Amino acid sequence: MSRLDAGADTVPEPAAATEPLIVASSVTRVLPGAVPVTLVHDIDLSIGRNEFVAITGASGSGKSSLLYLLGLLDLPTSGEVRIGGRATEHMDEAERAEVRLSTLGFVFQFHFLLPEFTAQQNVLLPMQALGRLPDEKMRERARFLLTSLGLGEHVGKRPDQLSGGQRQRVAVARALANDPPVILADEPTGSLDSTASAQVFQILRDLVDTRRKTVVAVTHDIDLARRMDRRVVLEDGAIVSDDGRM
Amino acid sequence: MNLVLEIALTHIRSRVRQTLVAVAGVATGVGFSIMMAALMEGSQNDFMRQLIDALPHIAISDERREATPQPAQTMFDAAEIHGLTPQARRPGIKNPMAIMASLESWIPGDVAPSTKTQGIIRYAARDVGASITGIDPHREPKVSMLATQMRQGTLQSLYRSTNAIILGDRLAEKIGARVGANITVQGSNGARIGAQVVGFFHSGVRPVDESTAYVLLKTAQVLQQQTGLVNELRVRVADAMAALDIARRIERETGYKSVAWQEAHEDLLSAFVIRNIVMYTVVGAILLVASFGTYNIISTITHEKTRDIAILKSLGLRETTVRRIFVIESLVIGLMGAVAGWVLGCTLTLALGTIEIKSPFVDSTRLPLAYSVLHYAVATAAALASSLVAGYFPARKASRLYPVDIIRGAT
Repeated sequence: MSRLDAGADTVPEPAAATEPLIVASSVTRVLPGAVPVTLVHDIDLSIGRNEFVAITGASGSGKSSLLYLLGLLDLPTSGEVRIGGRATEHMDEAERAEVRLSTLGFVFQFHFLLPEFTAQQNVLLPMQALGRLPDEKMRERARFLLTSLGLGEHVGKRPDQLSGGQRQRVAVARALANDPPVILADEPTGSLDSTASAQVFQILRDLVDTRRKTVVAVTHDIDLARRMDRRVVLEDGAIVSDDGRM
Repeated sequence: MNLVLEIALTHIRSRVRQTLVAVAGVATGVGFSIMMAALMEGSQNDFMRQLIDALPHIAISDERREATPQPAQTMFDAAEIHGLTPQARRPGIKNPMAIMASLESWIPGDVAPSTKTQGIIRYAARDVGASITGIDPHREPKVSMLATQMRQGTLQSLYRSTNAIILGDRLAEKIGARVGANITVQGSNGARIGAQVVGFFHSGVRPVDESTAYVLLKTAQVLQQQTGLVNELRVRVADAMAALDIARRIERETGYKSVAWQEAHEDLLSAFVIRNIVMYTVVGAILLVASFGTYNIISTITHEKTRDIAILKSLGLRETTVRRIFVIESLVIGLMGAVAGWVLGCTLTLALGTIEIKSPFVDSTRLPLAYSVLHYAVATAAALASSLVAGYFPARKASRLYPVDIIRGAT
């Protein structure tokens, strides 16, 4: 058991090990309006267990839009996204929320922590929302996750009392709170300096290597993308290269 | 602590000034509604108490609801008789003592006979019209507050001399009579007697004190020139509110017109209903205005918290959970406002209680106020309901936010 596994013994494994964790089939997303805008079109993507995938491309190529679709934050105009073998097309809001809560962990570019809450409270949020662990276990796990990410002395601090790198590590701890098999990260190092950026990248790397998590990270940083195991390159909303395509 | 409650309380705590403004709005609404309810119900209770005390709960008179037809009209159905006047009846209640005994067997209260007449009281060349009531001093204290309203003399003083009379204090003042004065009383039939003033009473109701006098039953019968006449039986029941039903039963059983105090003051009671509608409308308007304050703060919070809402929803919180957060915030503000409103309402009510009021018609030294838990409960319920409504709409709007729209905007 890795150091980040402790305290998560009651969180179930969400999907069968043999199936890809995320499958996007002919996914297209068009923003309606007087002039409809196509964000992504005809995306076919399959992401398996324990992959470290970079979604990269130029600004406006549809990287983040694709991540939101894979994370069920947005709905495709056509096509289908399957998470852990489950079709999501006909899921209602509550079902999608449940999948996000239990199967997916999100890390955003601007950490997106609740400003009035301490680091520990922010990490507790997804666990409290899921409600599978008793209070004491939840607090124990939140403290453990933060300590594992080098924030043991900062559990009681609010985001405005932390540095950018520390906030992003709190965001990673929050993404791991319910021990989801998939972490979706949107420019996780985009707003960090090089040192903090390296720290966060190493944490994501460890998640894949030692915890066998699947990490899908959007980045425009080519060097960062090169250090990941698989690169999916988007251009004008379409996949132009995928070095992990089978 | 519950997640929803924790987030709601954190939002409230982080906006102390705005929260206090909203709480103050609700508190003002609750406080003033409590004060108004205390004042309105207090004055109503006081007025009703005076009404109930000043008059018998039920007055059984020698009248009928409908004029008595001539025997010929009831005997011959087929015949139509024109020009008949109703049958003339001898004034007074037949067998009053038997009726009293019968009523006393089932009425939860007491009955007293009286003979009422209109007359003129003459003293020192001054004539004043008065309502003269013949009473039984032994029974009277059981049906009216007259015994406690005596300022000089007692009801027993009526036995002190032949044709003794007790005057309302303002009536005595008007004619300048003192206890021991010999006055002349003339009945509506023209009978005239000399009477000695043996006491004064003060009911606190000016028209009564200015124009009412009490004599013994016998004296009133002399003035009416009819021995044994009793034209009114007065009833006081244990529960004044039950008077109406008892009066109906008495009327059914005796055939005599039996009027409960509620019927006698139907117009006033209707006025109270209108007054209460006005009161609750004003109170409702105050609370409505207060609810706009709550709406405002919840709208502001949801507007400021769109990013947090997006985060919560992206983490996996459901729409209903997000909605619940803001509804609870609204309810907490409503509850805090209600509690502050209790203190404000109680303080205002106590302050009102110290104000001295002089009315030309009734005696009152302080504003009559009613202290009731119900006022607090109703104001609180109204405040919570308005807060719930005020919070629900911004909460619903917040819960429907599409997280991607916010996240895209932020990045």
